[in-house]
Amino acid sequence: MSVPPILVPVVGLSANPLTDLRNLLSYPFMVNAFRAGAAIAVLASAVGWFMVLRRQSFVGHTIAVVGFPGAAGATLVGLSAFGGYFTFCFLAAVLIAVVPTTTGRAFSDENAVTGTVQALLLGFGFLFASLYGGNLNGIDALLFGNFLGISNGEVVILAVICVVTVAAIAVLWEPLLFASIDPAMAAARGVPVRGLGAAFLLLLGLAAAGASQMTGALLVFALLVMPAATVQQLTSRPALGLWMTLALAVVVTWAGLAVSYYSPYPIGFWITTIAFAGYLTSHLPGLVRQRSRRRRHRQQRP
Amino acid sequence: MTTEHGESTRHATVRAPAGDGAQVVRLEDAAVRVGERTLWSRANLDVRAGEFVAVLGPNGVGKSTMLQVILGAQTLAAGSVQVLGDPPGMHNDRIGYLPQRRNFDASIRIRGVDLVRLGLTGTRFGVSLPLRRAARERHRHERRRVQEMVDLVGAHAYAGRPIGQLSGGEQQRLLIAQSLVSGPALLLLDEPLESLDLPNQMAVADLVAEICRREGVTVMIVAHDVNPILAKLDRVVYIAGGQVVSGSPEEVINEQTLSRLYGTPVEVIRTTKGRLVVVGEPDVTHHHHGPHGEPLDDAHHHDAHHDAHHDAHHHDGARRPEEGRGSSST
Ligand SMILES: Nc1ncnc2c1ncn2[C@@H]1O[C@H](COP(=O)(O)OP(=O)(O)OP(=O)(O)O)[C@@H](O)[C@H]1O
Ligand SMILES: [Mg+2]
Repeated sequence: MSVPPILVPVVGLSANPLTDLRNLLSYPFMVNAFRAGAAIAVLASAVGWFMVLRRQSFVGHTIAVVGFPGAAGATLVGLSAFGGYFTFCFLAAVLIAVVPTTTGRAFSDENAVTGTVQALLLGFGFLFASLYGGNLNGIDALLFGNFLGISNGEVVILAVICVVTVAAIAVLWEPLLFASIDPAMAAARGVPVRGLGAAFLLLLGLAAAGASQMTGALLVFALLVMPAATVQQLTSRPALGLWMTLALAVVVTWAGLAVSYYSPYPIGFWITTIAFAGYLTSHLPGLVRQRSRRRRHRQQRP
Repeated sequence: MTTEHGESTRHATVRAPAGDGAQVVRLEDAAVRVGERTLWSRANLDVRAGEFVAVLGPNGVGKSTMLQVILGAQTLAAGSVQVLGDPPGMHNDRIGYLPQRRNFDASIRIRGVDLVRLGLTGTRFGVSLPLRRAARERHRHERRRVQEMVDLVGAHAYAGRPIGQLSGGEQQRLLIAQSLVSGPALLLLDEPLESLDLPNQMAVADLVAEICRREGVTVMIVAHDVNPILAKLDRVVYIAGGQVVSGSPEEVINEQTLSRLYGTPVEVIRTTKGRLVVVGEPDVTHHHHGPHGEPLDDAHHHDAHHDAHHDAHHHDGARRPEEGRGSSST
């Protein structure tokens, strides 16, 4: 996926949005991008919703960064970046799940070590990508996202991973929620908190790899964190919140794809920007409420 | 060391089963070690169904650890323990537990009522879609049960708000509701009154006692200050100096027993309001080095709570009897 095999057709926007949309969907690679985008958005945002709740963003980011040298290395030795992401992210997640931590919850306060390893991995990723032929476009794609050249087979694999992950979350829903919000109590009630934590890390490995395919390794938070954080502003009902997060992630991803088709900037940038706009918007009701409260307060005083 | 419990039960008239109900918790010659240190040993305890039991003692003597033993999370170094007729850990689904000092980060955006619900459904794996009648019925029943508990602890007004934004006392009430929602036979509460102001301490203590009586739940409550719950207690477990004593409040909180426990003379004063004040208990209790009692002087007055190091958050008027009821929290 790192080296787009297809030339981007240079198309300008027409006056009619419907024509534009039909235009967009007339290319099979674009249809594949929309399909893959939906699967990735659901996968990443569902796991991301729990990641935000569990405050494990740092682990998520670390895993994604591990995917970068994985994907670059895979391209270097002639394998697909797609497989490189998944293999490395998943292995990283397994490793983190297996290595015992002092706090019981992975990486909550080992930032210095992980930060160092992250820097090293980024360096290696850059090296591999440079060795591949100094193709800076490749590095851009790996770090900031790319939606071109997703094969039918890859779409199927993404869909399978997405369905498996969502099914896992559905089955683990109540205990995972319990263990995430209130681990001490959950453990006392016999919920396998550690086992669930490890299982969640594996899901996070898949989600980080999936998100990297779309947004690039550096911008995974656009799908892992932003939809969940946005919805948190709007509701504190867990089930409703999760559904809204999924919907928002799909909308943001599709919007990002559509916009970046007509623009020279990487897809990761657009998804991030659109997601951030949504995040800001979700703060508006709160801000307005605060302002009017303050104004009322001021008016009450002579 | 154990004083068998029976006729002297304060509530014998109110609560028939107390004292002769089924055995709920039994410790026999139990000892607990963390690392190299023996916290307490030769503990004997016999808690019966429906009893309201306080676990008292200075900081760090192993009160929370005793609850861990009952939950099966801490193994004994010697002796044996039985909970609801079996080794510990086998019936944890019938035990409600409120861990000590649990606060939710302000960023956690989950409603209080969801937290309560997890006490009921949080152990259930699998998908339960309300498609079949039975499943719908169960959903409705669960929702009603959760609502009942929320109302019971008086959290109705704020149960719909994110848990992280609630005050410590509000969180505490919801947590009590959570520990009760599954209808436990045994309720283990680790300092549930800690973050509450005095009126709320009384209210929550009354609430727990009421639940204990009405639903026949056995309650073991670790407390800092015995006075808010004194009137309701069937039994006191007092840990100090590496020893564990249990019996009725009168049998345990008296000068003879406490002086023996601490290995130094202590005074127990009963105020005119019926509050108990322990005077002159030693500050530090490194029992394995032998208790080093400090000379009795007025600066070491204590309520029948035991927190010489955390005086700051506990002043309830009766602490220093000579000052009357005028001190900080009232
Ligand atoms: N897992 C552990 N490893 C080592 N030491 C421990 C462990 N758990 C508890 N301790 C020690 O055991 C002692 C008793 O702890 P515990 O929490 O039971 O005290 P406590 O009576 O509940 O005190 P407090 O009133 O402060 O809550 C303390 O000195 C504590 O440091
Ligand atoms: Mg304790």
